[in-house]
Amino acid sequence: MQISEQMEEILEALWVAYEEKNTDCLKLSWLREMPDTAMLKALLDRKIVERCGEGEVKMTKKGEQLASDAVRRHRLAERLLTDVLQVRKEMIHETACQFEHHLHKGIDQNVCTLLGHPKTCPHGRPIPPGKCCKEQLKVAAQAVSSLSALKPGQGGHVAYLNTADPKRAQMMLSMGLAPGARIRLLSSFPSHLFQLGETQFAVDREIAKEIYVRMETS
Amino acid sequence: MDTAGSANPKIILVGSPNVGKSVIFGLLTGRYATVSNYPGTTVEVSRGHMKIGGKSCEVIDTPGLYSIYPVTEEERVTLGIIKKESHSVIVHVIDAKNLERSLPLTFQLQMTNRPVILALNMYDELTLMGAAIDISALSEKLNLPIAATVAVNNQGTGRLVDQIKTALTGAATAWPPTAEEFPPYTDRMMKSWYTKASEIAIGVTRKTEKQKGLSRLDKLLTSPVSGFLILAAVLYVGLYKIVGSLGAGTFVGFLENAYQHRITPWLTEIVYTYAKWPWLRDLFAGEYGILTLGVRYALCIILPIVGLFFLVFAVIEDSGYLPRLAYLLDSIFKRIGLSGRAVIPMVLGLGCDTMATMVVRTLATKRERIIATLLLSLTIPCSAQMGVILGLLAGRPKILALWAIIIAAIFGLTGTMLAKIMPGTRPTFIIEVPPMRLPKLKNILVKTYVRMVWYFKEIVPLFIIASILIWLGRLTGVFETVVGFLAKPLSYMGLPEPTAPVFLFGFFRRDYGAAGLYDLARTNVLSGNQILISVVVLTLFLPCIAQLLITIKERGWKIAAAISTFILVFAFAAGFVLNSALRLFDINL
Repeated sequence: MQISEQMEEILEALWVAYEEKNTDCLKLSWLREMPDTAMLKALLDRKIVERCGEGEVKMTKKGEQLASDAVRRHRLAERLLTDVLQVRKEMIHETACQFEHHLHKGIDQNVCTLLGHPKTCPHGRPIPPGKCCKEQLKVAAQAVSSLSALKPGQGGHVAYLNTADPKRAQMMLSMGLAPGARIRLLSSFPSHLFQLGETQFAVDREIAKEIYVRMETS
Repeated sequence: MDTAGSANPKIILVGSPNVGKSVIFGLLTGRYATVSNYPGTTVEVSRGHMKIGGKSCEVIDTPGLYSIYPVTEEERVTLGIIKKESHSVIVHVIDAKNLERSLPLTFQLQMTNRPVILALNMYDELTLMGAAIDISALSEKLNLPIAATVAVNNQGTGRLVDQIKTALTGAATAWPPTAEEFPPYTDRMMKSWYTKASEIAIGVTRKTEKQKGLSRLDKLLTSPVSGFLILAAVLYVGLYKIVGSLGAGTFVGFLENAYQHRITPWLTEIVYTYAKWPWLRDLFAGEYGILTLGVRYALCIILPIVGLFFLVFAVIEDSGYLPRLAYLLDSIFKRIGLSGRAVIPMVLGLGCDTMATMVVRTLATKRERIIATLLLSLTIPCSAQMGVILGLLAGRPKILALWAIIIAAIFGLTGTMLAKIMPGTRPTFIIEVPPMRLPKLKNILVKTYVRMVWYFKEIVPLFIIASILIWLGRLTGVFETVVGFLAKPLSYMGLPEPTAPVFLFGFFRRDYGAAGLYDLARTNVLSGNQILISVVVLTLFLPCIAQLLITIKERGWKIAAAISTFILVFAFAAGFVLNSALRLFDINL
């Protein structure tokens, strides 16, 4: 089924409203991008949304799937742009809007795997998990993995921090958890103990999950 | 000399936690600032002086700081000093092993436009790794003077002093007007500092890449089974054997005996010869007299216990054991709303709750700070108090075990409850773990001595004031009234009237109250049940005046008042419940 870029934007808007308001019936006025009459008709005809009340619509099962896929591509694009391509923060959203359309049909899975199946976008919103994320555990070797998923003795270089709390990200960065720093897991029970450069740090699981490591190829 | 224009420039020691700033401070000024092997030893600013070219310059030792964008309160203290003391030379002390990770802070400090000197401390540990730093190349790249030091062995400090001298004379002619405000924090800027740091560090460091795992000792200390066995051994030997049996048992027994049989009669005689009035005799040598009670409690009961505790504690602190204990206990502390980091103030509280309440500021969130402060006030007995309790219960193992179980249960339950009702996010845990190091005998002795002096300066006046107040109270009859007034609530807890003065003492200082109880129990007026109830209530009872003042200073009077009210009600309620339970199940200890 062909979905236009414009429709994809509407789908994303529906998903964001659904996330924020946490109800099924969404007022059209909530959407950051309102569909015009023709678009609304197309959405209804294709059973992506159904009417819910006056000026309100509800996503169908199919609609939810399409919307979550669209949002996933957009947020993955944002992650790729910030973490790997180091695009300036102010420019991310716009660039991602263009970039996301190239992530169809499996390419999103490759990007997701490359990034180590990130949980949130750079703004802290959740990235809907894809098929690859669910299969993550079965995959033997990854380019990037969270510190908590490593075995003691494994290590590499810090790839990025995936922290929703900006204050904590600042603290971790100040302590030396900067991209490129040499890192190795020493122990993972009862908490996580790792070597960063010449220093050892102890962290809990929550923080270990937020440190992403580009694994050493050896 | 305090006007900004004419005053000599100051020297500020700045750097990440646990790099040896306080050791260098000691070397420069000859004043001792507490030195240990865990991050967060220094939580307050120390000031001292050093002579440079005939002039006296103030040297300021600051709490550890990871960046000029502070997260914890002690970091804020340091940033405040950097901003306020604009007429100053900054000595950035770093762990030479971590050059790359430390340079971003150097760049940030250079933004102040003040002279910055880099001290590559613990240089011996770098050499031991088989690595080296090209100091002149680094100095050229950073455009600042550098000294390699091994401060604990007083190596390289001469060079550092020379560089400070040069910086001071050079700066005297062209002193930057005032420090500019730092630019606001951005991830991007921070990352660019790291990139620059990495480029410079790689260029000047020669090292042999080798992968080390955990040392065998570290494995033992941090894996749960052996870790807890070691913890139990440390508690048993350190607390029970050394502080309890040796300190509270042998030493206190000996000193008490000597004082009671030799010094008290002699003092009493002197007082009775020179003082004609009974009220004056009472003040110095009566039942609650300054010499016969206040000084005796301080010298014979508290001194040996506290001294030994500080000694044992200094060894633990200097070894690097505490951060490993924090790692081991993190998941358990999460259940009471705290992170592993809070293990450090809690263990310090077993030494002195006042000191520990100050260290609470190293915790990252307000929620954690409130929970930790309350648990310290309510459940953690300080060394003097615990020593006396251990001594008192040494011959009664059943009561000792019950006391320990009850206090541990209250610690766990109160913490769990607080974690449930206090708003705010779950704490997260991150701490730097320094290598285990062999404690230096000199530092242990000096630290113990300095702490004991500090402790006695604080308690002796209070003991004397307490003696005077009680004496005044007895003269005026207020004492008897208050004791009578206390008798009622005490009877609800099944405690006889003679315990009333103990609780009055406890109000001044918990250890003073415990010492009173120790005295009372030896006269066999208390049953086993009554001893258990008294020690439990006294442990929970209001913190001493010093701790209360620090709580007010650190947390504000509202929280301090709320905590105190809660504790007062809780302590008496616990006594009442305990007494009822013992009677209900007809238990006689």
